Parts: sequence; C-alpha cells; structure tokens
Amino acid sequence: MTTEEIALPELLIEPDRPVLHYWRDVWRYRELFWFFVWRDLLVRYKQTVIGVSWSVLRPLATMAAFSAVFGILAKLPSHGVPYPLLVFAAMLPWNFFANALSEGAASLIGNANLMTKIYFPRIIVPAAAMAVSLIDFVISLAIMAVLMLCSGYFPDWRVAFLPLFLLLGALPMVGGGLWFAALNVKYRDFKHLVPFLLQFGLYLSPVGFTSELVPQRWRLLYSLNPMAGVIDGFRWSLLRGAAELYWPGIILSSSLSLCLLLSGIWYFRKAERVIADVI
Amino acid sequence: MPSAICVDNLGKKYTISHIRQDDSSLRELLSRGVARCGHRLLHPLSPAPAPARVSEEFWALQGVSFDIARGDRVGIIGRNGAGKSTLLKILSRITQPTTGSARVRGRVASLLEVGSGFHPELTGRENIFLNGAILGMSKGEIVKKFDEIVDFSEVETFLDTPVKRYSSGMYVRLAFAVAAHLEPEILIVDEVLAVGDAQFQKKCLGKMETVGSEGRTVLFVSHNMQAVRYLCNSAIVLREGKVACIDTPERAIDEYLRDGMVNEGGGDLAGRIAALPPDPAFRLVAIDLSQQGRGCDEVVENGQPLDLAIEYDVLQQTTGLRVYFDLCDEYGTILFRSFHDEQSDGIPVVHPGRYRSRATIPANLLGPSRYEIRVRASIFNVRACTSPEGVRIKLKVEQTGRYNKAYLGDTFRGKLAPTLSWENEAVTPLR
Repeated sequence: MTTEEIALPELLIEPDRPVLHYWRDVWRYRELFWFFVWRDLLVRYKQTVIGVSWSVLRPLATMAAFSAVFGILAKLPSHGVPYPLLVFAAMLPWNFFANALSEGAASLIGNANLMTKIYFPRIIVPAAAMAVSLIDFVISLAIMAVLMLCSGYFPDWRVAFLPLFLLLGALPMVGGGLWFAALNVKYRDFKHLVPFLLQFGLYLSPVGFTSELVPQRWRLLYSLNPMAGVIDGFRWSLLRGAAELYWPGIILSSSLSLCLLLSGIWYFRKAERVIADVI
Repeated sequence: MPSAICVDNLGKKYTISHIRQDDSSLRELLSRGVARCGHRLLHPLSPAPAPARVSEEFWALQGVSFDIARGDRVGIIGRNGAGKSTLLKILSRITQPTTGSARVRGRVASLLEVGSGFHPELTGRENIFLNGAILGMSKGEIVKKFDEIVDFSEVETFLDTPVKRYSSGMYVRLAFAVAAHLEPEILIVDEVLAVGDAQFQKKCLGKMETVGSEGRTVLFVSHNMQAVRYLCNSAIVLREGKVACIDTPERAIDEYLRDGMVNEGGGDLAGRIAALPPDPAFRLVAIDLSQQGRGCDEVVENGQPLDLAIEYDVLQQTTGLRVYFDLCDEYGTILFRSFHDEQSDGIPVVHPGRYRSRATIPANLLGPSRYEIRVRASIFNVRACTSPEGVRIKLKVEQTGRYNKAYLGDTFRGKLAPTLSWENEAVTPLR
C-alpha cells in the first residue's frame, strides 16, 4: 500500500507551471503526437476520388507551369540542368516549408474543441500538423527521383548533405509555425495573413529562378529570406552543385532561423497558458 | 487515507473587456497604436491619452479550498455560473488558476464533454483509438479494452462507418463507452450523464458506480440531484465562485436547494402580484411558498410537503368569492384545481377584511419535473377577480421523495408521482 502511494505521481497546479514538467509531459504524451499525425493522414483524402494522387499531381503541375514560364518563355539560365529538375529541386523544400507552415498556423484553432476540453501539451498539435507535411515531402522526393531517372541526370556525393539542408529548412518552418499558431489563437488576422505571406514568399524565393540572378551586392540582403539558402542547398546537393553555396548568406539565414525557432517556442509557451481562455 | 486532491485558495480571474476597446483583433491594436503615435506627433508635449479601456474583472472562482481523500466520490453542485466547470478545468489543467494551488495525486482523466476529439470523417473504430489516446490511454490499453468498449457502446454493426453518419445517440454511446473504460486514479466528470436515452443513462450511472467502488476518486458535476445522492459520498456546493458548503450529499443538496429558494424571484413575485388589474371586491396581497417553514421559490423537493399561503384583502362583502390555484404541468395543462372553500357545505359570504388561506400539497405527490402554480380568484357565476392567468409561479421539483427511489436514471413518465400503497406478495413459487 505504502509503496503504491509513493508511486502515484503528484501534480502541482499553480498559476505558473515549471518548465521542466512541461517537457516531461511532452515526452509522456508522445503517443498522442503519433495519433494526431495518423488522424490527419487518415482524414486527408477521405471522400476524394483520386486520393493520394493529389500529393503527386499538385507539385507536378506547379513544376510544369514554372518551367514553362521561367524556362521556356523567360529563358532564364539553368546551368545546363534540365529546367524542370531545377524547379522541382527548389519546390521540394519550399512546398514542405509552405505546407507545414500553413498547417501549423491553422492547427490550434482547427482543434479548438480539444483545447477547451482536454489537457495535453499544446505544442503537440502544431508539431503533428507540421509532421504530416513531411509525408508530402517524402512523396515529392520520390517524384524527384523518378524525374532524375527519366532525364538521366544523377546526383553525386553532394546528395549526402541533403538531410542537413532539410534540417536547415525545418528551423524557420517550426519557428514560424509556432509563432503563427499561437498568434492565430488571439488574432485571427493571421488566418488571412499567412496564405498571403506564403504566396508572396514563393515569388521572393528562388523557386522559379536561381539565386545567381540576384545581383551580388544584394545577396546578403536576399539571404534574410531563410528559405533562400535552403533552396540553394537543395539544388547544390541534388543537382551536382548546380547552385553555388553562398556561405555568408547561409550563416546569416541559419542564425536567423535559429532565433525564429527559439523565440517561437518561447512565445508559444507564453501563449499556451491562456489558449483555453481566449480561443 | 492520504488526500487525492488538495485545493488551496484557488482563484480564477477572467477579464471581460467591453466591445469597443476589445484588442483581440490586430486592427484594433494597430489602430490604437497609430492613433497614439499620431497624437504624439501633433502634440509632442501633452501626454498621450490613455487608451480608454473598459475592462471588468470577473472572478469565476475565488478562495476555493478543500481536500478530497482517495476513493472519495465527490459531487460538485451549484447553479449555472457558480464556477463548477472552471474548477474542473483547472483541476484537469486545461486552464491555469490565477491564484492558489492544487495538488493532485495520481493519474487524472477528465471527461468534460462527451466525444471531444471525435473526428466526424473517421470511422467508429478509428475514433475509439483516437479518442482513447486523447483521453490519455496508451495504444496497448485501447487494444486490450477494444472489445469491451464496443460491447458497451452497442454500435458494433457500424464500427466501420464514419461517425458523421451516426445518429446522435450512437455517437454519444460510443463516446461515453471510450471514456468509461479509462482507468485513472482520479476521474473528473462534468455533466455528461444528461445525454443518451434513459436506458443508456442508467448504464452510465452503473458504470460510474463501479468506478467509484473500485476505490478511485471521482469528481462529479451534476444538476441531477438524484445522481449526486446516489453516486457520491460527499458533495461541495459552489456559490458565485466560492465554496458554500462541503458536507454529506444530503445536507449539501439541502443547502443548494435552499440557496435557490432565497436567491430568486421574491421581489419578482411581489411585482407580479402588484401588477394584477384592480378589482372592486378583491385584492391579492401576497403568496408564500414554503417547505418545512423555509420560504422557497421555484426549486422545491417532492420529499416534503409544500405549503402555499395566499394573503388577500376582501374589499366588500361578497358571496361566492373563491380563491383557488391550478397546478399545471410545464405545458400549461391543468392537473388539478383547488379552491379555498372547496370543503364548505354552502356558498359562504365573505366580509371585508384581510384573510389568509393556506393549502398544503402533500409530499410524494409531485414528480421530478416542472410545474406551474397559477393563483386566481373569482366570484362564482359573476366574474374573475384576477387576470385570466392569475399569478404564475414556476416550480422545479427535485426528486427527494420515496417514488421510484431504487431506479435512478429512469425517465419520469406521467404528470404526478403519488406513492400508492402497493402490497406485494408471492402467491406460489414457480418450481
């Protein structure tokens, strides 16, 4: 009896909860994270006719449009790489970033009924929403492989660095996703702002063109866009160094991304306390 | 016994800001900021106007302290807005308290709403897993209990149908079935038994009882006094965010009902009496409802007689003046009418003066339902002395009487619930 009593976890509820407990709880609720991912995947293509094919068709269609506009009509330089490959290599990180960010931003209000009725570390919700986009990324990566096979353009040793650039892209994604998710709870303006920002970002990022087109003296400024370096990195590692790496820019944008991530976590934690009251 | 929940001086403040100053839209926030900047540019020396923020503080809970021992089944009762749900939300960590602290020992599962986390597009089977996980069950536990849950919910035929195609009853049954199979040390339940049909409600009550008897701690919010009396071994009454009393269910319910009686309607009733059209012969002065000498309004118990006293002035000598009341059901159907002189042999003549007529509606007659008493007066074969509806007094009857006591959760049928003297005997045993 006594040992059992000692074993019972004791929980202290106070106006300000200690941080340590939070991360312990996140760990304890890790199964829920997978359940949310599983749910979102299951729900995604319910009552659709072509189902998962949407994940294949959408990026392919965008790629075709971009290649036609920038490669064929505008005749932008491609360093000897087939233009569709050039575009698709950039769309891999960009789509991942954009999907995850918008899903993450909408996740808390999308689950408002849970927020007011059940306790769990709220960070699981945007995290799971963003993780779902990873599936799309993997599908796109497979399409990329097929495209490369078809065009006979194979990557070299540089492909080993791809995960590194993926990680670099995940920093601003998670950071931004957390910021927007938390802000969205209080200010629904972000529901309208986020899609707009992402649309804007697609043209500001070197997706349809290469960042060499940006004049050298503006390169550092251009690197304030955290995805610019990531996209260059993807092209570099997938397309045998087709894009040169601009190190000052990469260092600048990765440190910015890191700040975004840390501040995102900080702000999310701060906002989390009142989520149930303001949502 | 060590305490399972120890609450100390818990408080929760909400700030209600008024519409025009609401800063929950970014535009408001920005426009106010811009206005302030503009002011500063135009009048750099004068201080910026303070934003005229009209916000009001509202304490949903204040200074709440109590201790709950392990294995206790505690009912939390109180009127709407007394802070019951806020308390449960704090204890289940959905929202943070503003002051004070609570110590909770053991795994907590809270069931504040039936079917939170159900996804309409997913099938029943998928939702069992999802909902189980959301309520804090591990995948292994859910797999182990899956059959039991399906059994309890009675929806096995529709397990692979998306729950959006379920009837609301099926939805609720499935949701409760999942929740009922949680095995936490502490179970926190908000008014969720008010769903489903009578039979399922009974099943839920039974399940809750088992949970309690297994030595787990149960916190149970309900407006169903019968259920509280039946399930709980103690009860907390909340009133306006504060603890009004902690006692045995019987006494706490008493306190709660009394609270309802004192709080509402007295002035209102007087107003309604005063608003009656004047009559040359009759003037109603007061109507007084009481149980066991305590004045009451609206909420009454059927375990005790209800005394009705009508005070009135007779302004001129009248023959055949009758003061009476109708007992109506909630739809206005008259169940019976009772006259102050119904037992006199002839038609009495009433002289001017003040009178008081008293009647008692016996205990164990009204059912757990809503009624209305309409007090009127008329002069036989001449005219009505009050408006056609008279003075209407709503009654909400709480079940405390003998009637159907063993069968909780059974739907009340009929309009009245008199206790008849049944005699039951075994005639011959069947071999």
